[in-house]
Amino acid sequence: MIIEWIVAILLVSGSLFMLIAAIGVVRFPDLYMRMHAATKAASFGILLMLLGVSIYLPIFNVIFEALMVLVFIFMTAPISSHMIGRVAHLLQVPLWEKTSIDELAGASERERTKKSKPSPDTKK
Amino acid sequence: MEMITCSIVVQNAALVAMAILLLAFFLGFWRMVKGPSLADRVLILDMIASLVIGMIVAITAFSGETVFLNVAVMIALVSFMGTVAFAKYLKKKFYDN
Repeated sequence: MIIEWIVAILLVSGSLFMLIAAIGVVRFPDLYMRMHAATKAASFGILLMLLGVSIYLPIFNVIFEALMVLVFIFMTAPISSHMIGRVAHLLQVPLWEKTSIDELAGASERERTKKSKPSPDTKK
Repeated sequence: MEMITCSIVVQNAALVAMAILLLAFFLGFWRMVKGPSLADRVLILDMIASLVIGMIVAITAFSGETVFLNVAVMIALVSFMGTVAFAKYLKKKFYDN
């Protein structure tokens, strides 16, 4: 009985974290801030929901597959968001106008000037 | 023989979770339609894959069928591949012009 309530609270709170991620994606003014909201809060919501299902159905299958999903999400979400952020900064997606410091300012031009070398994608 | 458990509390919680995830899906979809750059849209696609994984987990808790978690594993893999492919495409676009 108490386990069912714990599972219900875990499911609803995980989905609330994902709702917070979506609200942050809608409300934040900048691609990089949106990335901050979308990656972390959605990953944590998935963690809570999978924890709830693993408590609710404690079979080996379920726990193993929940661990697999968790490992994939927590390994690949930082990688993919890092790639998107890097590429967006190279393509000069505009920053928020109140951004105080941009430590990669000018990196796009530096990459462009050494364009005479073959690009890293076509090398291999 | 697999035991299928059904509890009213968890089923209602799964329904509530699905409703919240659907709301989050529509919010993300709005940003994907409105998003200023292509990188925004790729980011929202990544987040929507996370939302779909959450929805499948809620369906698993609702029905008690453990088969649906395979779909969650597959979506976790495929969405990462899609995001990496989009990032490679954008980088190639940068180096080409």
